[in-house]
Amino acid sequence: MLKIKNLHARVEGQEILCGLSLEMGSGEVHAIMGPNGSGKSTLASILAGRDTYEITEGSIEFMGVDLLALDATERAVAGVFIAFQYPVEIPGVSNMNFLRTSINSIRDQKGEEPMPAKDFLAKVKQCAKLVELDGKLRDRSVNEGFSGGEKKRNEVFQLAMLEPLLAVLDETDSGLDIDALRIVSSGVNALRSAERSFLIITHYQRLLDHIVPDRVHVLAGGRIVRSGDKSLALELEDKGYDWINEELAQ
Amino acid sequence: MAASEDNPILDEFTRKEYEFGFTTDIESDRVAPGLNEETIRLISEKKEEPKWMLDWRLAAYKIWTEMEEPDWAHVDYEPLDYQKICYYAAPKSKPVLDSLDDVDPELRKTMDKLGISTEEQKRLSNVAVDFVMDSVSVSTSFKGTLAKKGIIFCSMSEAVRDHAALVQKYLGTVVPVKDNFFSALNSAVFTDGSFCYIPKGVKCPMELSTYFRINESGTGQFERTLLIADKGSYVSYLEGCTAPQRDENQLHAAVVEIVALDEAEVKYSTVQNWYPGDENGVGGVYNFVTKRGVCETRAKISWTQVETGSAITWKYPSCILKGDHSVGEFYSVAVTSGAQQADTGTKMIHLGQHTHSTIISKGISAGRSQNSYRGLVRMASSAEQGRNFSQCDSLLMTDTSGAHTFPYIEISNPSAKVEHEATTSRIGEDQMFYCLQRGMTEEQAIGLIVNGYAKEVLNKLPMEFAVEAQKLLAISLEGSVG
Ligand SMILES: Nc1ncnc2c1ncn2[C@@H]1O[C@H](COP(=O)(O)OP(=O)(O)OP(=O)(O)O)[C@@H](O)[C@H]1O
Ligand SMILES: [Mg+2]
Repeated sequence: MLKIKNLHARVEGQEILCGLSLEMGSGEVHAIMGPNGSGKSTLASILAGRDTYEITEGSIEFMGVDLLALDATERAVAGVFIAFQYPVEIPGVSNMNFLRTSINSIRDQKGEEPMPAKDFLAKVKQCAKLVELDGKLRDRSVNEGFSGGEKKRNEVFQLAMLEPLLAVLDETDSGLDIDALRIVSSGVNALRSAERSFLIITHYQRLLDHIVPDRVHVLAGGRIVRSGDKSLALELEDKGYDWINEELAQ
Repeated sequence: MAASEDNPILDEFTRKEYEFGFTTDIESDRVAPGLNEETIRLISEKKEEPKWMLDWRLAAYKIWTEMEEPDWAHVDYEPLDYQKICYYAAPKSKPVLDSLDDVDPELRKTMDKLGISTEEQKRLSNVAVDFVMDSVSVSTSFKGTLAKKGIIFCSMSEAVRDHAALVQKYLGTVVPVKDNFFSALNSAVFTDGSFCYIPKGVKCPMELSTYFRINESGTGQFERTLLIADKGSYVSYLEGCTAPQRDENQLHAAVVEIVALDEAEVKYSTVQNWYPGDENGVGGVYNFVTKRGVCETRAKISWTQVETGSAITWKYPSCILKGDHSVGEFYSVAVTSGAQQADTGTKMIHLGQHTHSTIISKGISAGRSQNSYRGLVRMASSAEQGRNFSQCDSLLMTDTSGAHTFPYIEISNPSAKVEHEATTSRIGEDQMFYCLQRGMTEEQAIGLIVNGYAKEVLNKLPMEFAVEAQKLLAISLEGSVG
């Protein structure tokens, strides 16, 4: 469902991704690990269509279409969702209004009718339960004054509401306490399906104890330098990234 | 973000034609352009006014001829030729109406486009509409319900004839003829407007609403509104306007006077959407308005305005807090885009003891527009324990637009306290991207963010107006991030 080939991207004259390739099948869960500043969030932003990044080479195919030809909105409509590392606050806009606008906009662009209010509320209830989102947070302004963990939980809540085909979780685990990690992970697991794929960016093996990945990739220096099964994450946890750098140097 | 020439979508939206730019084909009965004593006599005669009204107008005209047009506002325009303006136009078909069914089909169509059609009326179900087209009221409803409570809600012309005592007692007491150049002009030539009187202790059971509209090419609109809330009464008054597309500048110099007697409360809400002109501002409405209310003891006046239209706006709804413990409020959202210029704000004049005022102003500037907040808070020496809180926020959508804040504070009583907060921010690229990533279009994202920003003010509008106002904000700013 996702084929990234030899992707090169730069920002402000600096090359951040240099020859990144990655393939994912439908229903698969892949994890991306890698040192700070290696380009993980950049990859997420590029998948989402942020125009601050200049793609100089390579291609991205999503569900058989050229993703790079679509703008950010079209990609979201096509089913790309990013749970952001740093979710932004939108003062004065209630979470509910935000989500309703979002869902109905996607439906409208697909030529569908707006979601009836009753269905929407039922869905909100169901999805909030999935991640145990506090009722008060639903009615507050989008992320405004939310704690770090609450923001992350809200991202997964939105994920559940929007039902994307590809969900990129950018360090959704950082900032979550132990209980929250468990709750959010089981929420994500409940959302796994044969059509939906997850790309999980994380620094910690413990998340992968809960959400077991089919593949683990190491992103370093703007490329995938190693891929393996879930045991690779354990190995990284144990040894850090130095050994990969050393192997690469050889 | 990309400049407009790099972005065809943005370009298309900024040059989008004015949504309400249409005209109605109704013959008008108009007076030849120009202003002199004869014009005024003619207006007065056409309106079958009593002599005292004519004398009042003539006195105002004399004062006006001795005044000069103000130039202190942060706006820039070609001088107006007052001799080229037509001062009176009345729709020729002027039926006396009992119900909306009797309204001229052409007018009905206009009302449909304006969103005040029968459907709208149904939606507003509880609203009495006094529809002002050009200068004469053509449709009034819910009169019966109001009459039972002793509420008078009619056109100014009717009031001059039928409620002379009230008009004579209050007209020009809040905004004196010589207050400013435009109030003097209005006093001399005003053609119509609304009059409202709420008797002692009566809570008006419905929102009173007036839709204004300029329809006659080159016709100045000089509305005159007088609203009197007697002791202990309450009224919520809505005023909304939108104008058809024109190539000539159209002057709109309205005067609104509110009298809130002891313990009365008046909410006055405005949505202003006059034609702003083309992308260079050509043909837009000049909106030079004087709005003021006076509060007696424990009375309260709230002004809420959503200003999106006009080429130039010059407007400062104000409160004179004369009585002890009286309260004044001003909530404003002013949006400018293209080449629009707005200089708007309020004056809170604290005279009584323990008088309180609140000012919340949200400016949004896009395109090459200029958006200024100008506000005065005056604590007179008699304003023992007076309090004011002011918050003025500006949101810039483009690098080429301007936001300016001119707060004037005068304190003559040491026990009075005035707080002023001001912020200026750019619309967040991160916020935009977040919305787009969730599948919203650029216009929806802007609409959502801007409505969130202006929420404090929009929340003050009556429900049915708030929904329209939200749509209006989004429409006014479509594709204007740059
Ligand atoms: N808009 C930008 N302008 C300049 N530099 C940028 C920009 N975006 C990313 N970078 C740089 O690109 C590099 C990769 O950043 P990115 O956020 O993708 O890292 P990351 O792998 O997500 O790191 P972390 O693990 O800390 O979240 C960093 O050096 C960062 O400073
Ligand atoms: Mg990151």
